[in-house]
Amino acid sequence: MQSFAGFSLFSVLLLMALGLAIIFGQMGVVNLAHGEFMALGAYTVYLSSTVVHTYLPALAPYYFVIAIVIAFLVAGLTGWLVEWSLIRFLYKRPLDTLLATWGLSLIMQQSFRSIFGAREVTPTLPEWLMGSFKPSESIDIPINGVFVMGLTLALTLGIWLFMYRSRIGLQMRATVQNRVMSGAAGINTRLVDRFTFSLGCGIAGVAGAAFTTIGSTGPDSGSRYIVDTFLVVVFGGTASLMGTIASAFGIAQGQSILEFFLKGTMGKVAVLMVIVLVLMIRPQGLFASKIRS
Amino acid sequence: MKAIYNRLFGGTTGVVQLGILAAILMIVLPLSLDIFRLNLVGKYLTYAFVALGLVLLWGKAGVLSLGQGVFFGLGGYCMAMFLKLEASDPISTKIQSTPGIPDFMDWNQITQLPAFWMPFKSLPFTLLAVVVVPSIVAFVLGVAMFKRRVGGVYFAIITQALALILSLAIDGNQGYTGGRNGITDLRTLLGWDIRSSHAQYLLYFTTCGLLVLAIVLSQWMLSGKLGKMLLAMRDREDRVRFSGYDVSMFKVFTFCFAAALSGVGGALFVLQVGFISPSLVGIVPSIEMVIFAAVGGRVSLLGAVYGTLLVNTGKSLFSENFPQLWLFAMGGLFIAVVVLFPNGLAGVVELIRKKVSPFLKNLRTSSTLPTSGSTPLPSPDKP
Repeated sequence: MQSFAGFSLFSVLLLMALGLAIIFGQMGVVNLAHGEFMALGAYTVYLSSTVVHTYLPALAPYYFVIAIVIAFLVAGLTGWLVEWSLIRFLYKRPLDTLLATWGLSLIMQQSFRSIFGAREVTPTLPEWLMGSFKPSESIDIPINGVFVMGLTLALTLGIWLFMYRSRIGLQMRATVQNRVMSGAAGINTRLVDRFTFSLGCGIAGVAGAAFTTIGSTGPDSGSRYIVDTFLVVVFGGTASLMGTIASAFGIAQGQSILEFFLKGTMGKVAVLMVIVLVLMIRPQGLFASKIRS
Repeated sequence: MKAIYNRLFGGTTGVVQLGILAAILMIVLPLSLDIFRLNLVGKYLTYAFVALGLVLLWGKAGVLSLGQGVFFGLGGYCMAMFLKLEASDPISTKIQSTPGIPDFMDWNQITQLPAFWMPFKSLPFTLLAVVVVPSIVAFVLGVAMFKRRVGGVYFAIITQALALILSLAIDGNQGYTGGRNGITDLRTLLGWDIRSSHAQYLLYFTTCGLLVLAIVLSQWMLSGKLGKMLLAMRDREDRVRFSGYDVSMFKVFTFCFAAALSGVGGALFVLQVGFISPSLVGIVPSIEMVIFAAVGGRVSLLGAVYGTLLVNTGKSLFSENFPQLWLFAMGGLFIAVVVLFPNGLAGVVELIRKKVSPFLKNLRTSSTLPTSGSTPLPSPDKP
């Protein structure tokens, strides 16, 4: 059971980190508003749930899949706008990006609070996401946990295929590795930047949508995850998708095992301390790509 | 004599500017505000210590720490532990099952004072600890990170994680730290009631005095070799390293100094406000303190003080009158300061002076106006 909790946390951490692995890992943009993009996805699902249950109750069992797509589009479009209006001026100043996106996150949080209220909300989930499998008497596996895990796997695979097997993915990686050269080779690097950023935000939206099956969403739920998300990406070594996956797995297992032995928040404190210590010894993370910066 | 004077205050312009700040803090504000408001200003000024440290660390050395709340909190907790022990003497805690220990320990079934609380029965030790504990922590962290050339964004993220770790750790050990509520009910310092308005006036002036001292000290440090080294490192670190300097130790020293300043700020905070809690240690306060320094203009020591006062006054006004708008304003401020005014208030003042000084020159052709010691801000991070 404890290892299942670990797997569940693994898929949550990986979902959160995937988008950031693209935005921070690939582009080097420190997006502290990443959590708010997740919350945006979650609120989109909540909104579609409300709309569907009010106007089209017949669609209620199926809406969730479409809602995930809408969450991706809404978060991605917002990301596109944010890149166009803010991020593109700050590529040369990473520390300033950090402050500006923190400001953005405050504004987004307060917008959520003004629109949806300070209370946490939960969308009405379709029947098929409730309940649990019972393979044997003592084992009880919740379906929503399995759903999130499946979604995580599919998304990871999709991102990997997109990044390493598609033409646009090739252009994205080329731009990251050598911007000037890529420009000379005819890649529109500014457009690639904008696309990459909004893709990362869209993935955050999907992550937020998936979280609605596990817990409720509040205006500040995004900010609660932001440090963990960054640590997962940094710990794995930026610019390495495998590293992100491995570090999400390690952190999740470590945390769920330690939380079993230590009381309350101290399990999390211990995990964070181990991560920080490892990062001090190996600042480039576990799986660093061997490219000179 | 002249040289020392120039180094301490940065010449005549520096003296005038510092004098104006001191006059505002110690004459104008106490005369125009009631003690409640003055106490609030005193609280803001304790944040200004952190902002000063950030000017040195971020503005001058180019290292952004998002964990300065950790050092503020360490200093504050040291002070609060002393005050709490004094407040929990056996007579006033006689209804507890174990008299003589702080109330929250009694609630958590702890029957004996933990060993690390013991030394905080002594005031000299406490005052020393306020400065030394944050410095030691900063030293260890600084050596570990700067020696390995961790910098820039990674340093910021790791220090942010530290802020989260400390606030969670305090939160999770209620019996030893007071948990989420923090250490409250602090009343007297060596029998002297710190909540009376007389004491609050005195503490306010102490804070102002120490702040001016901290500014002068920082000014002195910056005007010497260290200041030149920091600027050189910020702008072209490799070249400094190739010239044979140990870059990391300069950064470690600055980090420690900033931490010590923050610790003093934290201790003064506890004395004036009468409590400390993990909510002053975590991620949000730590990053807010960065914006204080940024609003003032990240390279200007005096600017940091004005920035802190301005942002906090704005915060009070907004949250009293339009609580919903405060986060919008704060978020907008973060973005505006970065995109539109990277040099903050000091940059605006500099711009005005540059516009005005040729005009004055035309009026008095003979006089030469000094262009002050502030430097234009190059992009803090080299690609």
